[in-house]
Amino acid sequence: MLVHYGYTDASGDYRISIDQDVCDGCGKCVDVCPEELFMIEEDDYDREVAMIKDDLIRQIGYRCPGYQRCKDKIGETCQEVCPHDIISLTW
Amino acid sequence: MITAGVDIGSLSADVVILKDNEILGYSVIRTGPDSAQTAQAAMDVALEDAGSKGNDLKIEDMDYIVSTGYGRVIVPFAEKNITEISCHAKGANWFFPGVRTILDMGGQDCKAIKCDETGKVKKFHMNDKCAAGTGRSMEVMADLLNIKLEEIGPLSLHIKEEHEVPVISTICVIFAKSEVLSLVRKGLPVENVLAGLCEATAKRVKTQINVVGAEDEFVISGGIAKNKGVVERVEELVNMKAQICFEPQIVGALGAAVFARERYEKQMEKEATAQT
Repeated sequence: MLVHYGYTDASGDYRISIDQDVCDGCGKCVDVCPEELFMIEEDDYDREVAMIKDDLIRQIGYRCPGYQRCKDKIGETCQEVCPHDIISLTW
Repeated sequence: MITAGVDIGSLSADVVILKDNEILGYSVIRTGPDSAQTAQAAMDVALEDAGSKGNDLKIEDMDYIVSTGYGRVIVPFAEKNITEISCHAKGANWFFPGVRTILDMGGQDCKAIKCDETGKVKKFHMNDKCAAGTGRSMEVMADLLNIKLEEIGPLSLHIKEEHEVPVISTICVIFAKSEVLSLVRKGLPVENVLAGLCEATAKRVKTQINVVGAEDEFVISGGIAKNKGVVERVEELVNMKAQICFEPQIVGALGAAVFARERYEKQMEKEATAQT
């Protein structure tokens, strides 16, 4: 299932989407994220998959710098390190 | 093997006790301000219900308990909590194995869920920002028009032909309240106003079903499934017959109990392999 984490507010649509059916829980996104937004946890069907930390979902808009700025700053992003290419950002 | 599912929703708290694949007892009570107390009270009622059917049980007899719903993290006796989306899909799949689309119209939110043949969620759309299409909106209107909640459905199906059925244009419950009030003041019969209201609710949830895509079989769960006025209009709009189980409010709790059973089976398997 494609899960969209995030929210929409007056300044825009801030969502990180993860396809948890495909995710194998390798944890590369957890290691690369400078804001430590990701975690590997068991989902409802007992599979270890990547998700966004519950208490940070409402903060992703100002915590996550977005693809281009993250790439400029640290060289790689969650989208790029994901071996299955299942992470996407809306901004 | 006896397992239980506890669904602490925003307006109702439900418990289902499952023995293997048979429902021993269930309860539906109103959620109080204290989730832990509510969970305990709902469990007590369900145990009593099971007792009245000749199955004397205590909470210690449960092999595994899973909680779900808004208050799921505060249920003191639950071993595990699972989101209500997964539980509703699982519960609807238990009642109707062919189900693909589920519409859960709960107390304070409304969700459309698409699932596969095993009851695993494939896609969902949830409206928890706005009270339109929820049980709360029906309660507000019943209160406003001074009728019983259960009367809304039957009344809305008996419109007075000499009057028009008004179009309730606003989606927001607060604004709809003033719109309904002004319609009643204009002299429209209550039946017609309720028909307009049920129509508006059905239209509202139809957009949600469209987001996930409507596919046969179609199940409606949650408290509003008891409101024939809304159910018939939704059926008409999506062009599918809705399946409704004998107590639509327990679908989530039942799903939790099924999850509990599956988890307990897995746990037993693990222990068995560890011993050998």
